[in-house]
Amino acid sequence: MLTGVIEFRIDRRSGVSTYMQIIQQAKQAMRLGLLHPGDRLPSAREVVEATAVNPNTVLKAYRELEREGLVEARRGLGTFVTKSLSSAATAGDDAPLRQELSGWMGRARRGGLVVEDVDALYSAVRDEHYPAEEQA
Amino acid sequence: MTAMTATAVGKRYRTRWAVRDCSFAVPEGKVVALVGPNGAGKSTLLRMAAGLVRPTTGELRTFGTPVDGRIHPDVSFLAQNRSLYRDLTVRELTRAVGAMNDRWSTDRVEEVLGLLAGVDHDAKVGTLSAGARTQVAIALALGRLPRLLLLDEPLSDLDPLARDETLRVIMTDVADHGTTVVMSSHLLSDLREVCDHILLIDDGRVQVDGDIEEVLAEHRVLVGPVADESAVAGTLISATRTERQSTLLLRKAEPTPAGWADTEPDLESLVMGYLRASRDRRSPARRR
Repeated sequence: MLTGVIEFRIDRRSGVSTYMQIIQQAKQAMRLGLLHPGDRLPSAREVVEATAVNPNTVLKAYRELEREGLVEARRGLGTFVTKSLSSAATAGDDAPLRQELSGWMGRARRGGLVVEDVDALYSAVRDEHYPAEEQA
Repeated sequence: MTAMTATAVGKRYRTRWAVRDCSFAVPEGKVVALVGPNGAGKSTLLRMAAGLVRPTTGELRTFGTPVDGRIHPDVSFLAQNRSLYRDLTVRELTRAVGAMNDRWSTDRVEEVLGLLAGVDHDAKVGTLSAGARTQVAIALALGRLPRLLLLDEPLSDLDPLARDETLRVIMTDVADHGTTVVMSSHLLSDLREVCDHILLIDDGRVQVDGDIEEVLAEHRVLVGPVADESAVAGTLISATRTERQSTLLLRKAEPTPAGWADTEPDLESLVMGYLRASRDRRSPARRR
């Protein structure tokens, strides 16, 4: 029997619905290579036991992931990842882009920038390169 | 199948209508937040669904059967006063309540009590804290193996740890058995993360009824210049205005006119908007 490989962290004060948080965290785990095709997502009961959320919401989020072609529900077995969102560019600590960003972040810290400075710079530069309509 | 249906239900106490012309349906498997200010009619509605109070007008059905002065065998009700025999121990009480019910699982009650850290099985019910009594009452409600769980203010006297424990127990029952739950609170924040359906009651009437995500997607908050309000189209629910700026809650809004900022409301601001509108209808003089 496979066990779930990730755990959802539901932030009640974020203003983002539980439904969206589950979708975003599953996708992020896929992007970062923490979830691979064939991995089982935690069952609704497992999620409820870990954080008191509504199991219907968990299942609804999984249905949305299924609609997007990322996972597949197998009757009586659970919901399994079918697609990979990670690539050489995003997965692993040694991905070149990640290393460049890590180098940049190190220089920022040595230069005395605080987290808010880094976040502001990052989102300003991101918005220059990715216009709002591409950020669905 | 619908777990519960209300058709034009009203309840009058002497001259005051506690519930008026309420019609709604709770689909099976939903976890419903029954919210509204104190005195809105939430408890009366739940007590009618449990067969403790007869409606003055209209009809309530649970699983298709009219509630006629007695609770449906598939329904469990947690009353706000948690009526329990105070002189019995938790263990004795479990046996006594079991003897009163045709369908009963002592194992289920013990399983639930085992998950609740603060409940001593051999303590007399009267010596337990209010929170522990609530938890015992919920365990007993689950002992009936209900398909519909009606909970009147289940979280009101629980500390944060007990609250989390209790919600976990209820949500696990939903995950395992597809139980339908209707729980009331005057605090929306209590129920926000565990419910998928909202039933907002104020002044005895249904103000909002629907799947939470769908209800939110149907509404917009528009912020723009007061002078330009005529450019906005849609059903206006409520508005707050300053000298220059209007903040409008709209249902089924048309495309946003230029010069207006448009966001989807969160559940709190949506509920506040409806309650403000309902208050203004009652006392128009207070409208700003």
